[in-house]
Amino acid sequence: MTSRRVLRIARRVVLYAAATAFTVFAVMPFYWMMLTSFKTNRDLYVGATDLTHIPWIFNQRPTLEHVQLLLAHTPYATWVANTVFIGALVVLLTLITAVPAGYSLARLTGRWGEQLGIGIFLTYLIPPTLLFIPFARVIAMLGLQNSIWALVLVYPTFTIPFCTWLMMGFFRSVPHEIEDQAMVDGFSRAAVIRKIVLPLAVSGILTVIIFAFTLVMQDFVYALTFISSVGKMTVSLGVPVALVRGDVFYWGSLMAACLITSVPIAVVYNLFIDRFIAGLTAGALKG
Amino acid sequence: MALRNEASAMATLAVLRHRTLADREDLLGRLMLAPAMAYVLLLVGAPLVLAVLLSFSSATAGNLSFSWIGLRNFATIVADPQFHSALSNTVVFTLVSQALVIVLATAAAFVLDAAFVGRRLVRFLILLPWAAPVSLAAMAWTWIFDSTFSVINWTLKVAGFLHGWFYWFGDPGLAKIAIVTVHVWRTFPFATVVVLAGMASIPRDISEAAVIDGAGFWRKLFQVDLPLLLPIVTVAVLFGVVFTSTDLGIVYLLTRGGPYNSTHVLASLAFQRGILGADLGQGAAIALFLLPVLIVVAVAMLRVARRTEVGT
Amino acid sequence: MAYVEIRNLQKYFGEVLAVDGVNLAVEEGELIVLLGPSGCGKTTLMRMIAGLEQPTAGEIYIAGQRVDEDVPPRARGIAMVFQSYALYPHKTAYDNIAFPLEALRRARSFIRDAVQKAAGMFGIGHLLGRRPRQLSGGERQRVALARAVVRSPRVFLFDEPLSNLDAKLRAVARFELKQFQRQLGTTTIYVTHDQVEAMGLGDRIAVMDRGKVRQVGSPQQVYDSPADTFVATFLGSPPMNLVEWSGDTILGFRPENFLPKAVFGPDDGVVSFRLRVREVEHLGASRLVYGMLEERARTDQPVIADLPVTIRAPIAEGEVYDFAVARRALRRFDARTGLSQPDGAA
Repeated sequence: MTSRRVLRIARRVVLYAAATAFTVFAVMPFYWMMLTSFKTNRDLYVGATDLTHIPWIFNQRPTLEHVQLLLAHTPYATWVANTVFIGALVVLLTLITAVPAGYSLARLTGRWGEQLGIGIFLTYLIPPTLLFIPFARVIAMLGLQNSIWALVLVYPTFTIPFCTWLMMGFFRSVPHEIEDQAMVDGFSRAAVIRKIVLPLAVSGILTVIIFAFTLVMQDFVYALTFISSVGKMTVSLGVPVALVRGDVFYWGSLMAACLITSVPIAVVYNLFIDRFIAGLTAGALKG
Repeated sequence: MALRNEASAMATLAVLRHRTLADREDLLGRLMLAPAMAYVLLLVGAPLVLAVLLSFSSATAGNLSFSWIGLRNFATIVADPQFHSALSNTVVFTLVSQALVIVLATAAAFVLDAAFVGRRLVRFLILLPWAAPVSLAAMAWTWIFDSTFSVINWTLKVAGFLHGWFYWFGDPGLAKIAIVTVHVWRTFPFATVVVLAGMASIPRDISEAAVIDGAGFWRKLFQVDLPLLLPIVTVAVLFGVVFTSTDLGIVYLLTRGGPYNSTHVLASLAFQRGILGADLGQGAAIALFLLPVLIVVAVAMLRVARRTEVGT
Repeated sequence: MAYVEIRNLQKYFGEVLAVDGVNLAVEEGELIVLLGPSGCGKTTLMRMIAGLEQPTAGEIYIAGQRVDEDVPPRARGIAMVFQSYALYPHKTAYDNIAFPLEALRRARSFIRDAVQKAAGMFGIGHLLGRRPRQLSGGERQRVALARAVVRSPRVFLFDEPLSNLDAKLRAVARFELKQFQRQLGTTTIYVTHDQVEAMGLGDRIAVMDRGKVRQVGSPQQVYDSPADTFVATFLGSPPMNLVEWSGDTILGFRPENFLPKAVFGPDDGVVSFRLRVREVEHLGASRLVYGMLEERARTDQPVIADLPVTIRAPIAEGEVYDFAVARRALRRFDARTGLSQPDGAA
């Protein structure tokens, strides 16, 4: 065996070891979530000082009781319904504002449009933890305390800038010659958008829908600030704050809720991550 | 002759059409932009201004009055040791976690760049932390670090590394380590994916030229690959800086700012004073200290974007 | 053994055979050009010599040392100039040129002298502080050349280094490249698809098609005595005329040898043809005459004649003329295999 071959094998081993290490680091909490969701309480609530009991495996047969508790005896289903309702409205609002804005900045506004686009993106960086203070005031003035409409009003403040930026990138990736050709062929700009650009940008629009919805699902600060009744909470707020009696968390059901909510998002993210990165870098780095 | 007339008729028509089209394009552009601009100006710009105004007032959420008290809020918080601690925590958590993220994400990107069996699966799994909503991930980690039932304690004990016991949320130092761990865990996947995308944009020629020029693995890494990745790593880190420095959920859910208010960050302190304590003025003043960080980040991002436009 | 020797080299990319049993011997100090259309395997061949690809089968020797198995590029004593120049964008010209020497861990003073010398050779000493994006295409090319030269390699590998220059610059750059190679005397392997470049630069040309070397010879040899119909039509612009002749032979003659019969003297041994002219292009220094051969058997073989403007005979479209080719200039190819046959009277 030549030294180069030995080196090649050594490099492979290191590669697989590193890949495993990263994967374990990323996945460990989810694995633990999964275990907690399905372990019986007796298998779960064993003090960690007991070194004879191995927490990393099922020591008794897994059970569905936590999931059943979650779905039947907690407001989880209501929270999901609230989240979906809010999400759908916010996505709709975002689409009708961000898609035209993205196109306008990509095609119709030239130099100052680019600057403005960057400006709009920067507003995404203004965090909820800065705006939530004045919003508390505004929401109080509008009488929307403890109402999901407060969230419907406030969530677009981060979905619109982000999605406008994304759509800018996607529209830029459609070669402008195609639109020019259509206009030479006799269509007005509005018709070109309707007939040609939108169909080509469908995958971009889909990506925007997905990410807008997940941005809505991620929010905790605004929900924490504006919502106080359990029945009006979103999943992101209800699970950490309301799955508790006194001081005691229902860890089994809690983790089940986390798992049920996170996995679909992860699957969807994975399907769209390439397009998302393409849109981000097309807009951000290549100018 | 007839042909010539038709041609000039077409030309006139074209001119007419061009004029209306041109008008409509400008107008169309502005119209299409208007709703988004309105939303952003009214619901981001205005509240931002309001935040500044509130910091100079003694307003509360319930009472709709507004009384000007000048710089008194700022004086109060500057004299408050909890504010200092929150400020320093914000800075330390951000710097430490993002330094770790740079190293981890770059390494993970190199790993994912190589072709190996199961690469797609690994990429999906590494993305999981970013996909989970913040609050849910925070709860999972709260459970992982639980004083009585912590799997981490169990594992460390079994491996022989732990001789006493870690009361993660009872000890200020351990609590901070826990918070930083969760931040790193949450933000390194996104950074990894961004760096990976950047690696794809390094021209293969340059990589090969370095090999032919005689650069070994380490020289090539530090003198060629990493410098070329710098712009995109910067972008990934800047995102991470924003998310980490402005985070409320992780601190609030893991420690509520405890033990003994030792792990408060600006965001959680602003929430405690401004919303829970109903002192909107003070809350706004505290939260405003996040602005300098954001401005620096925004400027840095703009410069990176401009550099990559002008560059090769 | 030749300086660079390639024996039975083969490369598969999955199912695709990119290099198909190539044998080549490159003499020390010569500039040999690998010429062929895109996809013919010339770049793959060069990359295998460089060590950027591993051959599926076969051997490569550089200066008597076998290199194809496990010898990495940096141990082969080669330097390569890429089509894009592959300059490190974040380093100055100085650092770009110095990089190979740093990899060898030479002393800083040594590096300084070597870089100055290399830069001086190409007249870019005043540009050393600049970054690639601040240099013109021609200047970047010189930096790439300086970087290649600075290590005093045994073999230069050039991968179409002139194709990114504009046409006017290309001719000058070609001349300078040849001068510099003669001056240094380093063995050079040069890849290009441009036959004019190949003819101008090469001491020898290896014409490649679909993974195989069709012919190796001096520019004059491959032009005048092509080994098969591929070489015959690849070299020369317009390409050699190929006409079917008596069943299993193809006759070949170059457009510049296909002239009006009246131009030849009564004693010249010529073969006559009748040409029906379809189109005449006036290109300044010459006229290109496109037409069909009029024979008793067939009238459908297209040919081209390249008349220097000094031949003033009027040629009109639609007319038929007597044309001829000197016997010496006629070539014969086997109709089935395309290979050339020894010269003889038609």
